[in-house]
Amino acid sequence: MLRDAAALAVAVLMVGISFGALAVAAGIGAWQAVGMSLLVFAGGSQFLAVGVMASGGAAAAAVAGGLLLNARHLPFGLAVSDAIGRRWPARLAGAHILVDETVAFATAQPDPRRARLAFWTTGLLLFVAFNTGTVVGVLAGQAVGDPARYGVDAAFPAALLALLLPSLGSADARLVAVAGALLALLATPLLPPGLPVLVALAAVLVAGPVNRSGRWRRPPVDRQRP
Amino acid sequence: MTWAAVLVLAAGTYAFRLAGPVLRERLHVSAAVQRLLMLGTVALLAALIATAAFTDGGGFAGWARPAGVAVGAAAALRRLPFVVVVIAAAGTTAGLRMAGVH
Repeated sequence: MLRDAAALAVAVLMVGISFGALAVAAGIGAWQAVGMSLLVFAGGSQFLAVGVMASGGAAAAAVAGGLLLNARHLPFGLAVSDAIGRRWPARLAGAHILVDETVAFATAQPDPRRARLAFWTTGLLLFVAFNTGTVVGVLAGQAVGDPARYGVDAAFPAALLALLLPSLGSADARLVAVAGALLALLATPLLPPGLPVLVALAAVLVAGPVNRSGRWRRPPVDRQRP
Repeated sequence: MTWAAVLVLAAGTYAFRLAGPVLRERLHVSAAVQRLLMLGTVALLAALIATAAFTDGGGFAGWARPAGVAVGAAAALRRLPFVVVVIAAAGTTAGLRMAGVH
């Protein structure tokens, strides 16, 4: 698990470097780029916000777009709250390192103890990697060049897919995954960034309807155990 | 980018992140709802993977990226180590771009 997390940390370091370099090139102040990585710590929304500002957009539009993109963290937090922990210090600190990769790592673990370990280990590792990368990127400026040249943009979906695979044991989960992916792709040309991913939540409906008492009409629970 | 914009984005993002663990405590979560949450996470991650693999700024991302993701996916399905998945995906995409495929 640690080795997997380290592999991802290297990729995240590259993203941090790209962000730092890009932000400075886009005219964002060095301290603001570093502060953004420390305080926001959500790469996608940071690139989006900087992109909107760089193309002459208003700060309000940049913030709104970034927040929309980050709305998915709410359902993610509901799903991995046990891995974060129950006590307030754990929640307050854990919430900040709740990112796509930590959620994927935690849900890929077979038991709650390892899920907690995976969440915190990857979260702290990625936080250090991303922020170190941002500082390096800011210092290096444009020396890194176009981050797409290194294929980093392909590494992320592939890494998330590898992490998602263990959760696809049941037919229901596979169906929901395919439906969610299709829904998001279909919605992408029509909706602003962030919304297509949230729309994909509707894919859960294909797994079977729930009635008002919250009970399943079909008996699904035992079926998902392999 | 003003500091105000950075701080609002940071505060809003943190609120989204903290809301999950806090709300989860207040709500009684039945086994059925827990299963829905698990499926919801699967749907969100799958959607994130699909949009990140195929799209960029609302349009098609070009062939190099999905090709790299496909090679990474093949490695993951063959249960190759995680590092291999990441390097295979990035390497394929980087190689294709170097060869002029975008």
